[in-house]
Amino acid sequence: MDAKSYAICFKPSSSALKRSNTTRNWYRVAKLEQLKTIGRELTKGSQGGFYQSKEFLDLVKSIGEARSKAEEDRIVLSEIETLKRRISEPDIPKRKMKEYIIRLVYVEMLGHDASFGYIHAVKMIHDDSLLVKRTGYLAVTLFLNEDHDLIILIVNTIQKDLKSDNYLVVCAALNAVCKLINEETIPAVLPQIVELLAHPKEAVRKKAIMALHRFYQKSPSSVSHLVSNFRKRLCDNDPGVMGATLCPLFDLITNDVNSYKDLVISFVSILKQVAERRLPKAYDYHQMPAPFIQIKLLKILALLGSSDKQASENMYTVVGDIFRKCDSSSNIGNAVLYECICCVSSIYPNPKLLESAADAISRFLKSDSHNLKYMGIDALGRLIKISPEIAEQHQLAVIDCLEDPDDTLKRKTFELLYKMTKSTNVEVIVDRMIDYMNSINDNHYKTEIASRCVELAEQFAPSNQWFIQTMNKVFEHAGDLVNIKVAHNLMRLIAEGFGEDDDTADSQLRSSAVESYLHILGEPKLPSVFLQVICWVLGEYGTADGKYSASYITGKLCDVAEAYSNDETVKAYAVTALMKIYAFEIAAGRKVDMLPECHSLMEEFLASHSTDLQQRAYELQAVIGLDAHAVESILPSDASCEDIEVDKALSFLNDYIQEAIEKGAQPYIPESERTGMLNISNFRNQDHHEASSHGLRFEAYELPKQTVQARIPPASLASTELVPVPEPMYPRESYQTTTVPSVSSDAASTELKLRLDGVQKRWGRQTHFPSTSTSNSTSLKTVNGITQVDGSNTANSRTRETYDSRKQVEISPEKQKLAASLFGGPSKTEKKSATGHKSSKPSSHMVKSHAPKSSMEVASEKTSVQQPPDLLDFGEPTVKSTAPSLDPFKDLEGLLEPTTQVSSAVNHSSTAAVTKSPDIMGLYTETTAGAHHKDSDILSGLSNPPMTNMVGGTTTMQVAQSSKGPNLKDSLEKDALVRQMGVTPSSQNPNLFKDILG
Amino acid sequence: MIKAVMVMNTQGKSRLAKFYEYLSVEKQQELIRGVFSVLCSRAENVSNFIDAESIFGQDSRLVYKHFATLYFVFVFDSSENELAVLDLIQVFVETLDKCFQNVCELDIVFNYSKIHTILDEMVFGGQVVETSSSEIMKAVEEISKCFLSPFLLSCVKMHVDDVRFSTFALFLI
Repeated sequence: MDAKSYAICFKPSSSALKRSNTTRNWYRVAKLEQLKTIGRELTKGSQGGFYQSKEFLDLVKSIGEARSKAEEDRIVLSEIETLKRRISEPDIPKRKMKEYIIRLVYVEMLGHDASFGYIHAVKMIHDDSLLVKRTGYLAVTLFLNEDHDLIILIVNTIQKDLKSDNYLVVCAALNAVCKLINEETIPAVLPQIVELLAHPKEAVRKKAIMALHRFYQKSPSSVSHLVSNFRKRLCDNDPGVMGATLCPLFDLITNDVNSYKDLVISFVSILKQVAERRLPKAYDYHQMPAPFIQIKLLKILALLGSSDKQASENMYTVVGDIFRKCDSSSNIGNAVLYECICCVSSIYPNPKLLESAADAISRFLKSDSHNLKYMGIDALGRLIKISPEIAEQHQLAVIDCLEDPDDTLKRKTFELLYKMTKSTNVEVIVDRMIDYMNSINDNHYKTEIASRCVELAEQFAPSNQWFIQTMNKVFEHAGDLVNIKVAHNLMRLIAEGFGEDDDTADSQLRSSAVESYLHILGEPKLPSVFLQVICWVLGEYGTADGKYSASYITGKLCDVAEAYSNDETVKAYAVTALMKIYAFEIAAGRKVDMLPECHSLMEEFLASHSTDLQQRAYELQAVIGLDAHAVESILPSDASCEDIEVDKALSFLNDYIQEAIEKGAQPYIPESERTGMLNISNFRNQDHHEASSHGLRFEAYELPKQTVQARIPPASLASTELVPVPEPMYPRESYQTTTVPSVSSDAASTELKLRLDGVQKRWGRQTHFPSTSTSNSTSLKTVNGITQVDGSNTANSRTRETYDSRKQVEISPEKQKLAASLFGGPSKTEKKSATGHKSSKPSSHMVKSHAPKSSMEVASEKTSVQQPPDLLDFGEPTVKSTAPSLDPFKDLEGLLEPTTQVSSAVNHSSTAAVTKSPDIMGLYTETTAGAHHKDSDILSGLSNPPMTNMVGGTTTMQVAQSSKGPNLKDSLEKDALVRQMGVTPSSQNPNLFKDILG
Repeated sequence: MIKAVMVMNTQGKSRLAKFYEYLSVEKQQELIRGVFSVLCSRAENVSNFIDAESIFGQDSRLVYKHFATLYFVFVFDSSENELAVLDLIQVFVETLDKCFQNVCELDIVFNYSKIHTILDEMVFGGQVVETSSSEIMKAVEEISKCFLSPFLLSCVKMHVDDVRFSTFALFLI
């Protein structure tokens, strides 16, 4: 396209176009189609009022033809120069100005700074002409953010425009309100917005609701007293307004379900009416009655129905209806179906609905469309939480998705697998994940998948060997992406073993770790985090089992320090490891002779620029010079997990201090008691007061004459001004609260206060608000604040969990049969994990049934301690003791504090990626994780007597299990995969094992 | 909530970018580039959904649709349904098509502010307010009409000697 084409475009006949094309060679053939279209459009005048000048078209064209980014930048920069010059000329006609602004917007969209023109855009919104005003609003919403300095110039205009008679002006202003009003300026426009909720035009009502919703998102407390308006608008005559109201209600309900339970009936009846096509035809979309409204309603119902049997029962009929009526051939029909599945999996389970949901899922998975497969996998992930057996029918489909070239689908499938992982299939799944992790470049996702691998490995590892190997693989391929905490966890795990007094197993674990690390050190370019782990383990346990000599290990450590000489952390780890090895040697009474390379390394470190390295090197030197007894108390062998007691009060210095004071020294004054500090904090207080009294006031000043009247007028005047709002005193109340503290502060702020006082009088109305109402609404605010915080996640999901658990009770017998007939051995595990799932959620009745059992657990736990320590020997089928390994802590918790357990379970299930929450329990969650790892492994062979009463057949299962092991490792063939992954029913939340089993 | 709407062509040039949370110009460009690099590596016949967490942060999904030379991209969070957003793109494009009869890339470039108007009627403050393309059309036409009256006047004043303008004006009415 060239400069002339614009003119050509106006000629109506396309033959003319073609002629010009042939005569002028500079048309590129590729652009012909576009040219035709634009020509046709321009002739038809579809430009409407959005007319653009030739210059703008030229600009767009030349940018379109730019062959490189540099060329484009050059064009844009020269355009900016032109605009800068032109825009500041005096007396630019409005139309011209409007076009400049559009060009500015365009330039900024291309990534260039157009800030020089912001002020002109702001000026434009003051214009009377709607045309110009709208352009101005468009530009400012795109240019400015809510905290921009220029906003203050806009607020006044917005206020005026919101009161305009022309609803299009109001709409334009509302649009700007959404984008440009921040917490501080909300009070300035809130009264008008509330008034607009009753505007005769439905488009305005709709947008006013959205604006309020936006305020709620930005600052919930600012509109908390207006929430009732959303309920009112739900009954609006216009279905569009009702539909729009669902957006804020969805947010409100997400934050606080319980206050909206009364709306269940209304929502259900609305949904029913929509599904029965009672809405005007105009709301149909692809033959579906108002599908977008249906989707929103289903989302809301899912929230309201979760963990509420009574509410859910109201929904069954209508959801069932929609399942039947949905047209699964159209995209939007499937969207509604998917939403139904989500709803069914969230509300209190109903067998019939679950069946329809399963049907819909299988339709999704069998479809050719990748979109539907994706939704199917997602829906499957939701549904297996409550009816685990449906995964089995879809094994093949799931594996197909896993091998699909579509990355999105693959990731979704990995997410599903992650949810279905348990001890029998963990090896296959984690192997798959690691393979996939190696194949991608996206660091974000790599990190996520690595942390998932780590989490699964920690929970379900069938053997120590496997665990160490898996961790090695993860570190090798994604070492630098893994959170350093994971490395620390690994070290702690190796140091502490698996939380039991089973030294043989622990030392086996350690020596296998040492062995594998020595092997891995041969590879080039290891990630820093991994090297740190390696150094630490080698230092701590390198010589522990006597297999390797100290000189061999120290040689390896020196190699590491030399090979990665630019990584200070690794070097520091290596030096400390060296120190430990030498210390253990000395403590064991052996003679220490340093290798020559070690000597040279030390010399280098003693003169290192890094003080940390230097200190470590000096410490090493000092330790080597000490005698065996001293060394042993400095660096005892295998004591990394023991607590070091620190006397924070420094009581051992008491004598010394006493002595000094007696000699006339000044006693120590704590920082807080020193006088200087007092002053500083005072200043800070003053600052604060000043800041708080600098509130902005957005209401226009009334004429001075009216002051007197305004002071007197009856309260009715105020109330007529703000008609529809029941609680119309929000803006002032915030001022009052801000001005109050300033009264007590120093001179600067009194001045301010005085001025505000004057203003207050002049504004009149404000003084008439009774103080009680203020206090009322503030208390309301705080209440809302609180409910928001705690209502959202914990309570909600906790209760939901209990529902899952009840469901589990209902379906477990048939599921057992099915699983047993299909998959023999492993089905036991499934069943067990199912029951584990069940009882791990201590809903009230669960706890009752739990109590006697867990006392049994404690008893059996005692016996297990006395068992020979070969519990950890997974490879051999000799483990036939029925005593499950238990973590005493967890049991006690289960008995005494069911609530903490719930919350931890919830934590685990909700945030998958977080391995261990760094809470108070931090220290021994490690232990429990380890213990659990062991448990789940044994579990696969043994049933847990107290929980399931299925003591029989333990040994046979173990055999089945061990014969399965090598199979899995050897072949990743599809059918093996099917067996492995399909056998998943209840494992959707493997963490829950931990709660009953330790 | 919808976080962003973008239209870009197959060469990665952005044709429309609207972010419902404020982002600096540099950040916007970075995101646009990020989205494009993912989009252009997608094969044909794969799903229209992309996990966008690596570009837009926690809890963000991306749905795109490829029309001729353009990608239409919506970024949103978990409160929306992917398939429904796919249809929302459909509605958007259908509306554009109604507006411009047989819409093409150039229509979007040249009618920059009109596209914004259409989008504003559909998505308001990050929430979907209207999903019927005929309703959107009505609203946009209403706005155009208001624009017209002053514009037509100016046309008349300009001594209608050119055929182009008369044709133009006729169609506008």
